[in-house]
Amino acid sequence: MTQHAIPRIPRIPLICAAAAVLAGSLAACGSGSGSGQLKIGLVTKTETNPYFVKLRESATAAAKAKGAQLEALAGKFDGDNEGQVTAMENLIAKGVKGILITPSNSTGVLGVIKKAREKGILVIALDTATSPASAVDATYATDNLDAGRQQGAWVKAHMGGKPARIAMLDGTPGATVDDNRHDGFLKGFGIADNSPEIAGRAITNGAQDKGQQGMENLLQAHPDVNAVYTINEPAARGAAAAIKAAGKSGITVGSIDGSCAGVQAVKSGQVGATVMQFPKKMAEQGVDAVVAYGKSKKKPSGFHSTGAQLITDKPVKGLPSKDTAWGLKNCWG
Amino acid sequence: MTQTVKPPEAPARPGMRTLAWALRTPSVGPLFALILAVVIFSVATDTFLTTENLSLILEQAVVIGTLALGQTLIILTAGIDLSNGSIAVMGTIIAGKLAMDGGAPAALLIAFAACTAVGLLNGALVTSIRLPPFIVTLGMLTVITAATRLYSESRSYPVTSGLLLWLDTGIGSQGFTYGSVLLLLMYGAFWYALTQTAWGRHVYAVGDDREAARLTGIKTRRVMLSVYVIAGLLYGIAAWQALGRIPNADANAYQNANLDSITAVVIGGTSLFGGRGGVVGTLIGTLIVGVLRSGLTQAGIDALYQDLATGVLVIAAVALDQLTRRRARV
Repeated sequence: MTQHAIPRIPRIPLICAAAAVLAGSLAACGSGSGSGQLKIGLVTKTETNPYFVKLRESATAAAKAKGAQLEALAGKFDGDNEGQVTAMENLIAKGVKGILITPSNSTGVLGVIKKAREKGILVIALDTATSPASAVDATYATDNLDAGRQQGAWVKAHMGGKPARIAMLDGTPGATVDDNRHDGFLKGFGIADNSPEIAGRAITNGAQDKGQQGMENLLQAHPDVNAVYTINEPAARGAAAAIKAAGKSGITVGSIDGSCAGVQAVKSGQVGATVMQFPKKMAEQGVDAVVAYGKSKKKPSGFHSTGAQLITDKPVKGLPSKDTAWGLKNCWG
Repeated sequence: MTQTVKPPEAPARPGMRTLAWALRTPSVGPLFALILAVVIFSVATDTFLTTENLSLILEQAVVIGTLALGQTLIILTAGIDLSNGSIAVMGTIIAGKLAMDGGAPAALLIAFAACTAVGLLNGALVTSIRLPPFIVTLGMLTVITAATRLYSESRSYPVTSGLLLWLDTGIGSQGFTYGSVLLLLMYGAFWYALTQTAWGRHVYAVGDDREAARLTGIKTRRVMLSVYVIAGLLYGIAAWQALGRIPNADANAYQNANLDSITAVVIGGTSLFGGRGGVVGTLIGTLIVGVLRSGLTQAGIDALYQDLATGVLVIAAVALDQLTRRRARV
């Protein structure tokens, strides 16, 4: 017993010494960032999604180029409103000049956004608008209704007048972006939610495994499906796997995102076409806006579309598109 | 309790005696870690040690802190609750959805009642059919999550009612809220109930050795059932705290809250084997997580290190618990 107790005694001074070293190194990196530097906060939905990784990397690079310092935080999962609010509060306490936020839920962070703006912090929504959109100073995002419309129009044109039987692989019902893409697709295709062309729908949460599962089940129920709407490329790749496993061909799959894996799937023919988003542009324009605000107190306002580009190797008449070679050069993640 | 292990030279060395006492009292280690973290961040950054920031950390702790209070009670009986976050989310959706049609007080009461009822159901399954709490609450987590999504119709419900948002009301200019005060009051009340009442001693006894407790005449089933019911009510209060924090009832929220609450309890020095620990440690554990998150953000350190540090603390806390148990057994 006593042998056990004796070595414990010197631990307290040891821990104190370790603490002092740690405090010193923390202070060093704190001061290394410079107190005069403009601080920008970025809060994304999650840390892991390659799309947000690209957003974060681009914002960090853009901030560095402008002599500003970027602090990136995120929620732990899609829907982690508490995590995003906590991140924003901590950024406010840190004294940032502006916050770029990709809200998980378009009404989930309104309170803390108001608090930030009252303190004179510029708040910009990236990728996903808040509801109401006027809650933030400005929004830099993909026009998801238009992205969905391009997907729908391409699928329609590519089918060339064949009677359509569509499988809708939706994301998460109720999420603003997901609903916009869904509605845009229907608009581009020229149908409504209850049209007989829609064979069935599945909820994928934008995940590949659920996309595959959903497509498998829809193919079981409706073997005549010949067109597929997908919320994003992981869902599309899942659908393609299900189609291949079922030994089907001649099914037109459309998608949205513009990730490198997604463009590759278009190139290999698994997916017919995708609509590319530009997270890099969102990040750069957001950082530029905060830097400009820091210099001249000038605030941006309104919605700024960062573009949506149809990518396919099977172009159709009347729809401007780029091929996959261009796509692979400009894809993200 | 552990006097038998008193080392022979202890009376001559008061420092040693203090150390032995510290090792026997589960909340001393966590308290030391909390103070250490606060000192480090206060030295390292100039934005950490402000009244506003400290009250913010407390405010950020209200939801997990309330869930962790119920979790502590259950873990003290050698149980575990994986369903607490989902029960609180259910509470937010019930209150948020019902309040849309007016009648916020009724909506809140129904949410409290529903959360308490799920707690009762958990407790009944654990005590009557003697199912392991891990399995019961794992099943309940899935059931409640799905039921909440069905009931919410995959929508989120913005909340505007003054009553539902009342806990976010500020006191003074430094950012303290009624929610923070309620959190501290609840911890005070449960500290009293656990340490100064017969019920509290029975909770520890049941957790330490259920059979021995039964043989001394404690109605073990009733004690355990009461713990689950009270925990359910606390999750209802956590739902109210959550609406104060974020005026939006969202079925996707708080997916990690169950594990976060277990983390707070374990860092706070309460033993997962039951019968040892207490709510003071849990409050400290909750605050340690909040201090790390805030401090590392202020210091500009990558957010993933916050998780890393928390994980290390969990393992350290359990290791310390095991070590102390081994000492006590000798």
